[in-house]
Amino acid sequence: MEVDRVDGRTPNQLRPLTCSRNVLNRAHGSARWSQGDTILLAAVYGPKAGTRKNGNPEKASIEVIWKPKTGQIGKEEKEYEMILERTLQSICLLTVNPNTTTSIILQVVNDDGAVSFLENYVMFKMAYLTKKVQLLPSAINAASAALVDAGIPLKHLAVAISCGLEESGSVLLDPTKLEEQKMKAFAYLVFPNSVASILPEASLQVEGELLEHGMITSVTHGVMSVDSYLHCLERGRSASAKMSDFLRRSLQSRVPNDLPKTG
Amino acid sequence: MRFFKKTTWAPSLRRLSGLRREEKQEDIMGLTDASGDLAGEMEVDAFRRLFPLRFYERHLLESIRPDARPLGKARDTTMALGAVASADGSALVKIGHTTMLAAIKMEVMTPASESPGEGCIAIDFHMPPICSPLIRPGRPAEAAPVLSKQLTDIILSSEMVDLKELCLIPGKAAWMAYLDIYCLDADGALFDAALLSAVAAFSHLCIPAVSVNDEGRVFAISEEQIEGKSLKEPLNKGKRKLTLSCTPLALTCILHKKYILADPTAEEESIMETLATVVLDMSGRLVSFYKPGGTFLAYTSAVQDCISLTRQRVKELQEILTEAIADLELD
Repeated sequence: MEVDRVDGRTPNQLRPLTCSRNVLNRAHGSARWSQGDTILLAAVYGPKAGTRKNGNPEKASIEVIWKPKTGQIGKEEKEYEMILERTLQSICLLTVNPNTTTSIILQVVNDDGAVSFLENYVMFKMAYLTKKVQLLPSAINAASAALVDAGIPLKHLAVAISCGLEESGSVLLDPTKLEEQKMKAFAYLVFPNSVASILPEASLQVEGELLEHGMITSVTHGVMSVDSYLHCLERGRSASAKMSDFLRRSLQSRVPNDLPKTG
Repeated sequence: MRFFKKTTWAPSLRRLSGLRREEKQEDIMGLTDASGDLAGEMEVDAFRRLFPLRFYERHLLESIRPDARPLGKARDTTMALGAVASADGSALVKIGHTTMLAAIKMEVMTPASESPGEGCIAIDFHMPPICSPLIRPGRPAEAAPVLSKQLTDIILSSEMVDLKELCLIPGKAAWMAYLDIYCLDADGALFDAALLSAVAAFSHLCIPAVSVNDEGRVFAISEEQIEGKSLKEPLNKGKRKLTLSCTPLALTCILHKKYILADPTAEEESIMETLATVVLDMSGRLVSFYKPGGTFLAYTSAVQDCISLTRQRVKELQEILTEAIADLELD
């Protein structure tokens, strides 16, 4: 596999990640996630009494509020909210706190400077894509770290990876904005984190496949062949193991005598 | 509760397995036993309302769905091109009960300075309160902006319409295609029906004839004027139909345990919440694999199964589309 990425990474290498928790004082749980130049802040409030409109009172409901770096929210932010909401719903144990609502607020702090690229039309189209490529996976990671910080009961974490597909058909993980412009298609994949369990491995398997190999969420952009998509899936899966190790390490590093916050 | 389960629900469960046979018999004999069977029918109906998931799982065990479809089969699909006479292109599509009305209106605009040789497509998806009991008047449906965003993404990224074909005079005039899709009845698989109606409306689209006057302004001319030859040649002569390449078509599947249910109804969608939408184009390339969360994880085998179900469905839909276009040309 040739190494020709601008920043000298290998095709499977992710950008430097940082994750800090408990960064906001008033929120019940919060996390700051940065991945390269993309920085997101997530805050969790709740569980509060009562479900949302049309919510099932036998289950907890999850509400996601997306705050862009600048400007009003539009259709794309609504789309992000819906994808995040469905994804986070699937990792939370919704039956533990029935008839409650947990709100997750995501604030974009830095989105890789997409605005300065509004120079021509092609770049304009790319700017939208850039937002999606850079923000969506980071947002999911930030939100799942914030949920852990808030102590919301979870089945497992959600680990999100973005894959870019080059014209030649090769897959690059976690593409930067510069790399994106040469790519024809993208896939954003979310997997459960890898499980560290004392149980024998066979008992964790679902129909002969590991739990962490199942995909929670998939969003794609651009036309690709079916084989390339399956290839992305494979690569994303192996990278998600690294990412989940990182998450586990950063979530364990909390000081042991850290007192629980008063709401 | 336990007492009830044992006495009342157990027999109704037994009845469920025999239900299919009885329905067939009724078909043969007409309405012979309607009143006598009412008590039994009520029980099944109550079971369906009280334990919807178990009701469905009981069916899935027999590889059948309550509406008598096998798991991988989509509902009957019909298409009527030209449903809106005032629009330049329109289509009414029904997948089962899900009904979508799509219409395109063309307007002349000045192209953006960044892309002087290209026209533009603006897509909007509407969910009026008549389409579903869950949508109240006055409050816009949450799903509507998300769906219109997704439709825009799919239609533009699949490059079905060559935007250069929408150009009239480079830098001066180009077409703006306003595509509006109205959901008239929301009974599941909204995206599939909306995309199909959009594709159908584009294939029905007939771009109005326009001409340029001495001041350089583009104006529409009617059919009579073309025939009367009172004016000079229309500007877009011979360019009134779009060439559609790589048409994208979609299939939504429910993933539930090891089962995959194609083309779910609204009831199925509300009970089994893991949905995956696959969009393939005519040449079999993947335009989108969209799975927003859900209780069940998608393993590689499930992903492949969904894609192969979609392949079959795309073939079906293509036939329906070709037939509808052929019918239109006959008239």
